[in-house]
Amino acid sequence: MKPTLTVFRRELRSYFATPVAYVFIVIFLVLSSAFTFYLGNLYERGQADLMPFFSFHPWLYLFLVPAVSMRLWSEERKSGTIELLLTLPVTMWQAVLGKFLAAWAFIAIALVLTFPLWITVNYLGDPDNGVILASYIGSLLMAGAFLAIGSCISAATRNQVVAFILTVVACFVLVMAGFPLVLDAFSAWAPQGLVDAIASLSFLTHFASISKGVIDLRDLLYFALMIGFWLYASAIVIDLKKAD
Amino acid sequence: MIETNALGKRYGDFTAVDAITFKVEPGQVLGFLGPNGAGKSTTMKMIAGFLAPSSGSATVCGFDVERQPLDAKRSVGYLPEGAPSYGEMGVREFLEFIADMRGIPADVRRKRLDDAVGRLNLEGVLEQSIDTLSKGFRRRVGLAQAIVHDPKVLILDEPTDGLDPNQKHEVRTLINAMARDKTIIVSTHVLEEVHAVCNRAIIIARGRILADATPADLEARSRYHQAVSLSTTNVAAAREALSRIADVAAIEVDAQDNRITAFPKPGKPIFAAVNEALKGQDIVVRELALEGGRLDEVFRTITQGEAQEARA
Repeated sequence: MKPTLTVFRRELRSYFATPVAYVFIVIFLVLSSAFTFYLGNLYERGQADLMPFFSFHPWLYLFLVPAVSMRLWSEERKSGTIELLLTLPVTMWQAVLGKFLAAWAFIAIALVLTFPLWITVNYLGDPDNGVILASYIGSLLMAGAFLAIGSCISAATRNQVVAFILTVVACFVLVMAGFPLVLDAFSAWAPQGLVDAIASLSFLTHFASISKGVIDLRDLLYFALMIGFWLYASAIVIDLKKAD
Repeated sequence: MIETNALGKRYGDFTAVDAITFKVEPGQVLGFLGPNGAGKSTTMKMIAGFLAPSSGSATVCGFDVERQPLDAKRSVGYLPEGAPSYGEMGVREFLEFIADMRGIPADVRRKRLDDAVGRLNLEGVLEQSIDTLSKGFRRRVGLAQAIVHDPKVLILDEPTDGLDPNQKHEVRTLINAMARDKTIIVSTHVLEEVHAVCNRAIIIARGRILADATPADLEARSRYHQAVSLSTTNVAAAREALSRIADVAAIEVDAQDNRITAFPKPGKPIFAAVNEALKGQDIVVRELALEGGRLDEVFRTITQGEAQEARA
């Protein structure tokens, strides 16, 4: 457990060693507020809740999370530090988990910094804070799933730009999995069972139900499995690709 | 102690390391020599636990690198090729990170860090970020990282590559100072280094061990071993005098500086005879030297002979 924590601390600190972290946080805050007020019409709706804020998160994460995850492993491979890291007494799992948790904590920090919005709606009216808390949890879980996918793709290439683009595409497919855009590609030839399975993978459906304030075990399990699966895949990919 | 048993690594059809077996004891400094792409780094990566062997096995201090990877990694200090480190970190921060990863107990942590910093003369750059350091300093940070937990086994992949002569000398002194109670493997293609730090050398080419001997034994295989070289104003007379010595097998005159080298017949010392002959002819000699043997020549003969065989 201790090596995981050490990797985590080093990784998280490295985010703040460069301006990238601050740029990311500022963009995240600006975009999420802009979407909330202009596209989501927070004021005009006349309702004190954060629905307009959270409903844009999947789309915001689609581009911002891959920007965080792209460097997770590809940078280690490019600079050769992966050889240093993996010859320290640490298991592959501890390394993968430590780095993932650091990236996740970084996004959590960005998410926590949106608290002025929460204060605003509480000042303006009387929102259901339980729903807001559930939405925050759901949003964080979704970010974790995006990140885990990004971690795996980042492990497969040394090129951060390639990692970014592939992660955006993969996440887009998963976000849209419940919509005709993706389903139509399968429904023509695949059995109904498979189409339903793909539809049930959609980030949007699972996130939507959590952000309504209903924390269903199945939705939590979905994100947990998603994260677990992609991190497991990361470990395998790193093992396969570390030689070249 | 390091032991490999038919250790091999294949990438598809390409055999990078072909069933290498050797054993290094504490107190030995083993030099790994070989042309680029010979399999030196791959072998070291397998022993350090970065790459999994395709065949055979390796143990470090009795721990199998595949079955007890954590125990094996704990006893190794490893400097990867190019000395990679996290550039955005400060030197102190980086070494503390390594110390934490190595689980160095709190009571000796301070002492171990100070020792590593002191040995590599890093006091002046502790608060600088590694990105801003010169190549020589970065290499030293890599070395400090490898010794911070006082490992029993050190694996150093080209520790002096890219250093200036002073820095090379410092690193060699450091390796010599640590050699007494540690098992050390150093890879290099700087042959003078073998003399300076190693008491054993293994020459690898195309993934196989071609020679395993002390540096002196390797030199004894050289054509130049026990040869006599001299420079004189009267080249023709000297050449004439040398050619009359029975044990001299061949004489060569360097086209550039007219230096004459006399090669002995195998196992026949000729220094005394050469000296006599020159004195007898009253030839004035500016300089006269007994050659120990040239490692670079032995290296070429061994590695290129192998390549020609493979082509035939």
